[in-house]
Amino acid sequence: MNLESIPLQAFLIVSSALFCIGIWGLLNSRNAVRVLMSIELMLNAVNINLMAFSSYIDNNLIQGQVFTIFVITVAAAEAAVGLAILLSLYRNRVTVDMESFNLLKW
Amino acid sequence: MSIAITTQFICFTVLSLVVIIGALGVVLLESIVYSAFLLGGVFMSVAGLYLLLNASFVAAAQVLVYVGAVNVLIIFAIMLVNKKEDLKPINDIKSRRVISTLICLTLLSLLIRVDLTNVWSLSSPQNSIGEESTIRIGEHLFSDYLLPFEVASVLLLIAMIGAIVLARRDVMSKDISTGLPVDQELIEKSSEPLLTNKN
Repeated sequence: MNLESIPLQAFLIVSSALFCIGIWGLLNSRNAVRVLMSIELMLNAVNINLMAFSSYIDNNLIQGQVFTIFVITVAAAEAAVGLAILLSLYRNRVTVDMESFNLLKW
Repeated sequence: MSIAITTQFICFTVLSLVVIIGALGVVLLESIVYSAFLLGGVFMSVAGLYLLLNASFVAAAQVLVYVGAVNVLIIFAIMLVNKKEDLKPINDIKSRRVISTLICLTLLSLLIRVDLTNVWSLSSPQNSIGEESTIRIGEHLFSDYLLPFEVASVLLLIAMIGAIVLARRDVMSKDISTGLPVDQELIEKSSEPLLTNKN
C-alpha cells in the first residue's frame, strides 16, 4: 500500500457516513421533498464508493467511473419523476406531510 | 511528505467535513430551503472529492447534472409546494426517532468495521492513467458499455415523458356544457382534496 497518499479507507468511511445520514433522513423526514433529498444523498454516497474503488483498485480500466456516469443518469431521471409524483400528490392532498400519504396502509 | 501530498490531505479533510456536516444539515435543519441550498454544497464537495480521485470528467458531470439540474429541480419543487402547515403530532415520535437512530448507528459501525478490517487488493502504482480517464470512459461507453449507454438514453426519454404526464394538470379552456370560459385561477386552492383523508 502506498503510504504517501490518502488511504482508500478514508473515502470509504466518508461514503459510509453519508449513506447512513441519508438513511436517517429517509426514515425521519416528514416533508416529502426532504425524503427525495435524502435519496440523492444516498446515491452520492454510493457514487463516492464506486469512484474510490475505481481509482484505487481498478485504475487501468476505470469501470467504476463508467458506472458512476450511469448512476448519475438514473439519479437525474429518478429526481424528475419523483418530483413530478410529488407535485401530483400535492395537487390531490394539498400537503407534503409523509404521514398523510397512507392510502396503502391497512 | 511533500507539499503536494499535504495539500491533498488538507483538501480531503476540508471536503469530507463539508460533505458530512452539510449532509447533517440537509436532514436536520428546520427550513427546507436551507436544506436545498446545503444539498448543493454537498454536491459540489462530492465533485471536489472526485477531482482528488483524478476523475475530472465525472466531477464535471456531477456539477452539471446534480448542481445544475437536480438541485435546481428540487428548489423549483420547494417553491411550488412550500406551504406553511402545522403538522399533526405523532404520539410515538420519540421511540421512532430512537429506533431509527440506533439502526443507522449500527449500520454505520458495521460499514466502518468492514472498511477498516477488510484487506483491499490495491493496485499500484496508484492513479496511473490520471488525465487519460476521460478518453478511457469514452472508449468504454462506445465499446463494451454501448448497450447500457443506449438504454440510458431511452430511460431518459421515458423519464421525461413520465414527468410531463404526471405533473401536467388537465384543464379545459371552456366549460363543456355551457361553453363559457373557465376561471383557471388557483384550481388546487379552491377545490376539495380528491382523495379525502380517513382520519
